[in-house]
Amino acid sequence: MPPVEGFLYPNEIELQWSVLIVLYPFITGLVAGAFILASLERVFNVQAVKPTYRIALLTALAFLLVAPLPLQLHLGHPERSFEMYLTPHTTSAMAMFGFVYLWYLMAVLVVEIWLDYRKDLVLRRRASTGLRRWFYTVVTLGSDNISPASLRLDHRVGYIVTVIGIPSAFLLHGYVGFIFGSIKANPWWSTPMMPIVFLFSAIVSGIAAVMLVYMAYARLQKVPIDMPCLDTVARYLFYAFLIDFSLEMLDLVHRIYESDESFKTLDFMVKTRLFTSQIVLQIILGTIVPLALLAAAQLVRFRAPARRALYASAGVLTLIGIFAMRWNVVIGGQLFSKSYLGYTTYKMGFATREGMLPAILLMILPVAILAVLLWLLPPWREEREPAHAAQPGGAAVGARVF
Amino acid sequence: MDRRTFLLQSGKLLVLSAPAAIAWEHVLAGEPQAAPNYQASDHWWAMIVEIEKCIGCGSCVRACKAENDVPDEPYFFRTWVERYRINPEDPEHPIVDSPNGGFDGFPPVPDEQGAWKSFFVPKLCNHCVDSPCEQVCPVGATFRSPDGVVLVDADYCVGCRYCVQACPYGCRFIDPRTHTADKCTLCYHRISKGLTTACCETCPTSARRLADLKNPADPIHEFLRTNKVQVLKPQMATRPKVYYNDLDGSVR
Ligand code: SF4
Ligand code: SF4
Repeated sequence: MPPVEGFLYPNEIELQWSVLIVLYPFITGLVAGAFILASLERVFNVQAVKPTYRIALLTALAFLLVAPLPLQLHLGHPERSFEMYLTPHTTSAMAMFGFVYLWYLMAVLVVEIWLDYRKDLVLRRRASTGLRRWFYTVVTLGSDNISPASLRLDHRVGYIVTVIGIPSAFLLHGYVGFIFGSIKANPWWSTPMMPIVFLFSAIVSGIAAVMLVYMAYARLQKVPIDMPCLDTVARYLFYAFLIDFSLEMLDLVHRIYESDESFKTLDFMVKTRLFTSQIVLQIILGTIVPLALLAAAQLVRFRAPARRALYASAGVLTLIGIFAMRWNVVIGGQLFSKSYLGYTTYKMGFATREGMLPAILLMILPVAILAVLLWLLPPWREEREPAHAAQPGGAAVGARVF
Repeated sequence: MDRRTFLLQSGKLLVLSAPAAIAWEHVLAGEPQAAPNYQASDHWWAMIVEIEKCIGCGSCVRACKAENDVPDEPYFFRTWVERYRINPEDPEHPIVDSPNGGFDGFPPVPDEQGAWKSFFVPKLCNHCVDSPCEQVCPVGATFRSPDGVVLVDADYCVGCRYCVQACPYGCRFIDPRTHTADKCTLCYHRISKGLTTACCETCPTSARRLADLKNPADPIHEFLRTNKVQVLKPQMATRPKVYYNDLDGSVR
């Protein structure tokens, strides 16, 4: 039995949601954030971030594919989870996960990626033979037309999908926040700010992740990093982080000022059991330090290698901070009794079903998927196919070369 | 024992054994004597708990675990008893304990502070009318029956534990054997056959009583009219149906 302090309701000694449930909002956050970064280029026409466009989409896809796994692993009866599609209980926030997820995966991300890569795939189908050709025929869904007119159409439809995708990305993560924010029994969770804070932290983590993936991928491909692009991404990260930080501070100040019934309990918890993860990891190391690094890069004219180092450390710290934030919400929300009279601690197993090992594997998995996706669908292929740049209408696609 | 008392006692035993023999058949058949055709819509179940009558003996906890096959471990309870001790100088901050849910009763308080107020609070699922646990269940495994009892269908429950998080009263747990949510059913298998719940039946002081709000003859109406009645955490707006008499404000 884990150590308990004060009075807990007898049924409360078991912690209900484990580290796997921490991964779930973390991973979906990366998806939403990466997609929003991708749409910057497409919808808001921020040309500078073009080199990251496809990387962002593939990152979103890789993480989205993994997103339901921690949930599935955590369920007492995973074999029944399909029931949520068949007989969803419409008053339940959780029941909508499957639909929001499928909508986002199938209607937005996959369609957008397909439209975007269609030309590459068709070209590759033409260039290949045998089994490979057959494979590309399947993934192109048999389409062969890459005339300028059809590519323009692709681009238009892609644009529309992205426009639909932005609110969908917001929905995906705002909704994950709502799952927690709507539990009135838990004062640590129950705040209308929850979906909004979740959303902005999602954007922050997604941008940071794509930035890191871009830097790593460019290094692996031995392609020089496009500094204007990296600077722009870092600037967006800085802005998004500022908003996220202010929202979280607003929430904090509001709680402190209001000091309602639960405040003493939560305050004590933050000062003791959550001190390391909340104050040290989330706020200082994961927020203030990366914000300072990013601000420094805005204010001081560092040389390119220094900026790259700054951005890389800011990105890593940001991801740690956002993960800590998810941890503090999910685990922190279960460390105190609903009687407000006692506390418990969370002991994570290692090689258990909900232990640290599956959690680590679940974090490696999307990275592995991403590596495969980047190999299957190289984001900068056109660069090596100079022939199309000359094509009229190829401009929109060809411009992606940096 | 003299001969006279012996004869008297055996006489009593003989007289009592006749109805006992008749009742035994029903006990064996697992059926109550009066088993009316149960109409869920004719009932609206609730429970009355009279705080000052509870002596913290834990009979209800033991009866519940036995009747409903609740896991033995100390942290799975369908009903439990809490002991509150309140320092009159600081009435807002009670000292609460519930060793093993009150299963074995309560150990005496080491230093007997004479001025302190002390009482027991039996707890169970409140069978909330607007139950958050029912609201959040993604597959509808938790549902409210037409007679006002909140139940879990273990064949549907996916074990997501959302309901455990949503219950403000800590009434739910995940059964380690079935990996599904469980909690007090108000002994639905008994009350739908005209019996009372196991906890109410064993309570030596009648501190807990099953009540049917739709039955005009039920003493609950008299009780609610003539007593000051409270529910737990009314600010949660869950409309609980366990009515406490003389509940101290510090009870959470
Ligand atoms: S007391 Fe808890 S478990 Fe019972 S109905 Fe209310 S919310 Fe649900
Ligand atoms: S644990 Fe079972 S009863 Fe509870 S919300 Fe999940 S599916 Fe419903």
